Amino acid sequence: MKNKKTLLALAFTALTSTNALADIKIGVSLSLTGPGSGLGIPMQKQLQLFPKTIAGEKITLIVLDDATDPGKGSSNARRFVKEDKVDVIYGSSITAVAAAMTEITSEAGTTQVAGSPVGLPPGKDKWLFRLAQSNSVMAHALVEHMKKQGVKSVGFLGYTDAYGQQWLDAISPELDKAGIKLVGIERFARTDTSVTPQAIKLTSANPNAILVVASGSGAAMPQLGLVERGYKGKVYQTHAAATPDLSRLGGKSVEGTFVVSGPALLGDQLPDNHPSKKLALDFVQKFENEFGANSRNQFAGHAYDFQVAMEKAIPLALKKAKPGTAEFRSAIRDSLETMGRTVFAHGVMNWTPTDHWGYTIETGVMTKVVDGKFKVE
Amino acid sequence: MDFSIASILLLDGITNGAIYALLGLATVLVFTVTRVIFIPQGEFVAYGALTLAMLQSGKTPGTVWLLLILAFVAACIELIACWRHHHNVSRAVRSAFKILVFPLFISLTTIWVAPQMFPLWLQAIISVAIVTAFGPLIYRVAYQSLEDATPLVLLIVSVGVHFAMTGFGLLFFGAEGFRNPSFWDDRFAIGSVTLSGQAIIILISTLALIVMLWLYFERSLSGKALRATAVNRTGARLMGITSHTSGQLVFLMAALIGALSGLLIGPTTTMFYDSGFLIGLKGFVAAVIAGLASYPGALLGALVVGIIEAFGAFWASAFKEVIVFTLILPILLIRSLRSGHADEGH
Repeated sequence: MKNKKTLLALAFTALTSTNALADIKIGVSLSLTGPGSGLGIPMQKQLQLFPKTIAGEKITLIVLDDATDPGKGSSNARRFVKEDKVDVIYGSSITAVAAAMTEITSEAGTTQVAGSPVGLPPGKDKWLFRLAQSNSVMAHALVEHMKKQGVKSVGFLGYTDAYGQQWLDAISPELDKAGIKLVGIERFARTDTSVTPQAIKLTSANPNAILVVASGSGAAMPQLGLVERGYKGKVYQTHAAATPDLSRLGGKSVEGTFVVSGPALLGDQLPDNHPSKKLALDFVQKFENEFGANSRNQFAGHAYDFQVAMEKAIPLALKKAKPGTAEFRSAIRDSLETMGRTVFAHGVMNWTPTDHWGYTIETGVMTKVVDGKFKVE
Repeated sequence: MDFSIASILLLDGITNGAIYALLGLATVLVFTVTRVIFIPQGEFVAYGALTLAMLQSGKTPGTVWLLLILAFVAACIELIACWRHHHNVSRAVRSAFKILVFPLFISLTTIWVAPQMFPLWLQAIISVAIVTAFGPLIYRVAYQSLEDATPLVLLIVSVGVHFAMTGFGLLFFGAEGFRNPSFWDDRFAIGSVTLSGQAIIILISTLALIVMLWLYFERSLSGKALRATAVNRTGARLMGITSHTSGQLVFLMAALIGALSGLLIGPTTTMFYDSGFLIGLKGFVAAVIAGLASYPGALLGALVVGIIEAFGAFWASAFKEVIVFTLILPILLIRSLRSGHADEGH
């Protein structure tokens, strides 16, 4: 009798576990603690709203914290591919951590969708797709706006780090194409005590516009330095500066600044013909319903876009293979590459076999700081 | 470059140099008395500025909790050390209590003051008091038991203290930067140069602090005791000047100078939890120019650093820090050629 019971129980577990194998498993590694938690936590909140089923298949999310530590990120990735045998991985929210995970995911042949702009040499990113906008897409929108405003000469005031250099590399060819002259290139660091010397040099060249390349709360100081030196021309800022910190720290001095941004948080202001308007509105509404008014966050938007991508790619992959198999994992990769133009809350995506960044030039939105808020131009 | 640009750069360099001068003085002060190369000097700057920023937004600054934790740790260490030394419980409790009193008092005051939104100058005084209280506690916890160690060991401890303080700064203040309101908003035009009120405050405060330090070392008994310790530790000890007391006193002064520098620089730039390190390091370069021994030398060195930084940023902004920190190489070379002998272990 006792034996029979055990057998039954065994049979039951065997049945349920084969059932569980048929589920689609998604491994999520986010920086929920450490300096990157400001990005990871909103993404995790958005993932709580992830659908329970896609195309009739049950979805299981396995969320792990990587503590903003590349070592922890790669051990999470190893766990996902070895123990959990997940079908696709989302993460991480921080570039350095996501970059550390790519070695494991590409070796195991599991698709990794990163919420951060991971730079890998071409050819190395076969299994990696990015949800963050590349700088060149944003630079395009910025230069288009400069053209419309009749800007003929631009000064560059940017971080001495990789972000500043990437922007310089991204915008120089765009400016060349538009026939706008780059009259000065000056650098500074986030923790500098003064940008007076750089500001004097730039303003003495008297450009029509100055582009400040800085991030978060580091973006206000250089602009205050320019205003203090009596610069009256236009000031442009990059999408990393599109946070409330800009006017919190800059006050009146940053009024009228042009800031390029993704569309995800601006849904209610976008013109009706903007492709991302519907999704951006949907994202903000659902997120704020759950987490309170004004809780909208651009990083949560990337997690929302991950959901949009999965809802399109998984049904395509299911036609080719069964979840839990190596064929299904590579089918997801192929579907992401071939599913074509997809509208996200953060812009319009078009991943191809040669381009795993993928955002099209419809993505960048120009805003202007008016009364401390970002208004769509 | 014409005269007006040069004078603007000169002014910018001197204003920043004044801050470096204060930190350079503190570095020399700490080194001569305790032989500690105090790398975390700059952290006091960030702590001071950010504590004021937190008070400005009506929140209880995180430094209060850090101060309480540190005070309890220091008191426990004191209790155990004192008991092991004298085997007298009431004496041990008393000396531990003495360490605890001031931090506890200032923490409770701050917790009460924080939501009241007092005027700026009062909040500034409280911020300075909080950060100043850190000085002796850090000395008690990190350095006091290693007093007789070699300067190299003390330097390594300093590196550890620096990383700990930056980490706690991130934990308690967050990754965002803050900018404090200006103490004096007016601007004055002198020819082509506009002088901001804050720059005047920086220059005057630096001068005043230097004069006060000079008076303290020349005229007061405890100042003379510190000087005695700096000249000869063993000799000073024989005269009844304990190295514990002078160490804690000198760290108190270093923290005070750091906090004041934080208040001075807070309105001119955005401060982050890790901003202090580079500022402190430039003060250290100034102190090295002075051979870690001379106060007027440190002042002069700081002005040189500030001016070279300003002109370097004008000509080649991408290499600004490279220019400033490469400065240390020829100076070390000249100093070592001129002195000719190695003075190991002070």
